[in-house]
Amino acid sequence: METIKLTIDNKIVEVEKGTTVLNAAKQIGIDIPTLCHFELCDMGIENKPGGCRVCVVEIDGRRNLAPSCATEATEGMVVQTHSIRVMNARRTITKLIISDHPFDCLVCAKSGSCELQALATKFGIREIPYQGEKSTYRKDTSPSIIRDVDKCIMCRRCEMMCNEVQTVGALSAVNRGFKAVVAPAFEMDLEKSPCTYCGQCVSVCPTGALTEVDHTISVIRALSDKTKTVVVQTAPAVRAALGEEFGLEPGTSVTGKMVSALRRLGFKYVFDTDFAADLTIMEEGTELLQRLKKHLSGDSDVKLPILTSCCPGWVNFFEHNFPDLLDVPSTAKSPQQMFGAIAKSYFAEKIGVKREDMVVVSVMPCLAKKYECQRDEFKVNGNPDVDFSLSTRELAAFIKQANIDFMDLPDEDFDNPMGESTGAGVIFGNTGGVIEAACRTAYELHTGKKLEKVEFEVLRGMDGIRSATIDFDGLPLNIGIAHGLANARKLLDDVRAGISKYHAIEIMACPGGCIGGGGQPFHHGHSEILKKRAEALYAEDAGKPIRKSHENPFIIQLYDEYLDRPCGHRSHELLHTAYFDKSQEVVIE
Amino acid sequence: MISKILTDTAQTRSAKNPETKKSGDPVTQELKPAAINSFSAAEKDKTKVKIKLSEDKAHKILEICASYNNDPGELINVLHETQGEFGYLPAEVQEVVAQGLGVSTAQVYGVVTFYSYFTMIPKGRFPISICTGTACYVRGAEKVLEEFKRELNIGVGETTEDGKFSINCLRCVGACGLAPVVLVGEKVYGRVSPESVKTILANYEEK
Repeated sequence: METIKLTIDNKIVEVEKGTTVLNAAKQIGIDIPTLCHFELCDMGIENKPGGCRVCVVEIDGRRNLAPSCATEATEGMVVQTHSIRVMNARRTITKLIISDHPFDCLVCAKSGSCELQALATKFGIREIPYQGEKSTYRKDTSPSIIRDVDKCIMCRRCEMMCNEVQTVGALSAVNRGFKAVVAPAFEMDLEKSPCTYCGQCVSVCPTGALTEVDHTISVIRALSDKTKTVVVQTAPAVRAALGEEFGLEPGTSVTGKMVSALRRLGFKYVFDTDFAADLTIMEEGTELLQRLKKHLSGDSDVKLPILTSCCPGWVNFFEHNFPDLLDVPSTAKSPQQMFGAIAKSYFAEKIGVKREDMVVVSVMPCLAKKYECQRDEFKVNGNPDVDFSLSTRELAAFIKQANIDFMDLPDEDFDNPMGESTGAGVIFGNTGGVIEAACRTAYELHTGKKLEKVEFEVLRGMDGIRSATIDFDGLPLNIGIAHGLANARKLLDDVRAGISKYHAIEIMACPGGCIGGGGQPFHHGHSEILKKRAEALYAEDAGKPIRKSHENPFIIQLYDEYLDRPCGHRSHELLHTAYFDKSQEVVIE
Repeated sequence: MISKILTDTAQTRSAKNPETKKSGDPVTQELKPAAINSFSAAEKDKTKVKIKLSEDKAHKILEICASYNNDPGELINVLHETQGEFGYLPAEVQEVVAQGLGVSTAQVYGVVTFYSYFTMIPKGRFPISICTGTACYVRGAEKVLEEFKRELNIGVGETTEDGKFSINCLRCVGACGLAPVVLVGEKVYGRVSPESVKTILANYEEK
C-alpha cells in the first residue's frame, strides 16, 4: 500500500494514496462539515459531486478553496480545515443555500434530523441577507414517499441511490440552473414512474425534500375509536434499530421495551411479524421443495431458481423491469401481508371480531410496505388486510409524543398466538436471513433428518452478491443472495439469459436487507450501524429456544386448526398472490 | 425489451381501465400458482402506461443508437442525431432512446431538459431563428425578437397553434455584417428591423 504524508491543521497524517482530504482529516479526528457528500463505506456507495462546497478547506499554494470531499490528498499538502477564511466561506455558502429554501422548519417532517438545519445551527446562522426569488415546485405524493423539492438542495444523493445502487432509474436531475430539480422522467408523478418505493432516497436525503408518508395520525384515530380492535405487528428489523432513536448504541435489541411501549400506546394485541415470517418459511419452503422435486423429476415446465418475494421493493422492481419473469418469484405473500390475512381471518374469528372492526397496523423498517398494504389484491371487499404501516422512525416519534419513557420500560412479551416466533423468523431482517431460515426448514422437510447446526454462516455477510452451495443430504442446493437492487438486477439478468446456476435466490432491495430499510433511523452513512443491527438479529436468533420455523408451536396449531397444510387450498387463498406487469413500454403501431 | 416489441408488432393490446389491473384474486390462482408455469406463459397485463410510436420511427431511433454501439456515453450524440431526424424529441422518442442505450428515461429527460438545443416541442414548418449574438444584439435583435413574439403571440421555444411558425434564438450565424440577422428555415434575412417583421412573415402567407 502506497502512502503519502500531509499536514492537516498542523497535524501530520499518513494516509493511503488516493484518499480524499476529507477522509484523511477524519482519520485524525478532524470533522469537516459536509452536505452533499455521502458515503456508505465498504459497501461501495459514495456520492461526491462536489456541488455544495460546504466542505471547502484552505490548501497552501492554492488560490481557491478546495472541496475536501473531491480533492485527493497529496504528498506534502498543507491543509487548514477551519481557518477564518474557510469558516466565512462555509457560512456564506450555507446562507446562499438557505436563501432558496423554505423557512418552515417548525412544521417540517425532517426537523431535528435535517442536515441543512444542523449546519445552520453549527455555523450560528441567524439571518439570511440574500433576498430574492425562491424556486417553487409542486408537491408530489405517492403511496409511500412525498417529494417536496422546494426543500431540495441538489446534493443528488437520491439520484445516486436510485440510479447506481438500485438501478431503478426513477429520479434524475432535470432542467438547469435555478429551475433544476430532481424528478422522474417528464416530471411525472413518482407513482407513475418506475419507482419501487424502496425508500433509499428518503434514507439519504439530507433535508425534508424526500420524506415518508406519515400514517401516525390514522393510527391514533383508529386507537381512539372504541369500536375497533387494533392489532399491531412489528417486523424483525425494527427491534434492532428502534433503540437508536432513544440514544441507545446501535445494535441494541429492544424487543421487550418495544412491546411494552406498543401496549402503552393502546394496541389491544401486540403481535410479531416474525410469526408471519415463520409462516412464510412454511409456504415458501414448501413451494421451493415442490418446484425442486418436479424439476429433479424432469418436469420442464418448472422453472428454477425460485426467488423470495418478501420484499415489496423487490416485487415492485421485478414487476417494472422483469415482466417476462413474473413466474419466477415465489407466490408467497410477504410476512406483513400473511400476517394481515391471518389476523383478519383466523384470529378475528377466534376472538369473535368482525373483519371490518379490526384494524391491523404494521411497524416496518420499510417504506414500500406502505404501498404494499394498499395494493388491491390485498383487500377483501375494499378492506385491506393491513390497514396502516408505520416506519421505525414513525413509531419512535409516536412513543416520544405519548411521553413514554422508553428507557424506563420493562421488557414484556408479545401476545399469543401471533406473537410467538422462532429464531428463523428473527433473521428475516438481515440479508441472507430469509434463505437461511428457509434452509433450516427445507433441509429437515426434504431429508427427514434433524439439522444439527442451524447456523449457515456461508449465507451471512454484507457482500452485495453472495452464493453458497448447501448440501441437502446429497443434493447440492445452489443458493444466491443479493441485496441492493443493482445486485439483484445482475442475478435476474442471468435468469433471463437462462444461465443462472441457482436453485433459489434471496433478494432484498435495501443495502444490508431490512435492517438498512428506508424506514429505519437515519444511519447518516455509517455502515457499521448496519452491521451492528445485523449482529443484533443474529444474537436474538441465537438466544431463541426454537430456531426453526416449522417447530413454532403456534404455526403448527395454525395449520392444525385452520390452514390444513402448507401450499394447501386455504393457504393458496390467504397466503399466496400473483404479480403484474408494470413495465412501461413503447407500443409500435 | 424493444427488440421484442418490434418482432411482435402484430400483437394488439387493448387498454383496460387501470382499476381492473390488480384483479389478482388469489382464489383463481388456486393450486396452479403462476410460479410453476413457464416463462413465456406470463400473461401480459394490459394496463400499464403506453406510449405510441410508429414502427418506422422506432426502427430509425434504434438504428441511430446502434450506430453509436448503443453506448450510454453517446447519449448526447444520439439525441442530437435523433432530433435532426424528427425535428424534436417527444416523450415517446426519449423512451425508445432510453431503451436503445440501456439508460433510464429519467436520465434521457434530464439531458434533454439540460441543453437548450434539445426541444420537446415540434418546430413550425417555418422555424424562425433570431440571432441574439453580440453583434446582432447591439444592433437591436432584442426588439426584433419582441416583435416576432408579439406578431405570432408565442414565446421563444414555442410553436404557433397551426404549426406554421416557431421562434428560437441562436448565437451568431457568421453574418455579423448583416446584423441583426433572422433565419426563416434556410433563408437568411439581414438588417432586420422591427418594422420589417410583418413583411418577412407575409412571405410565408399563401404557402
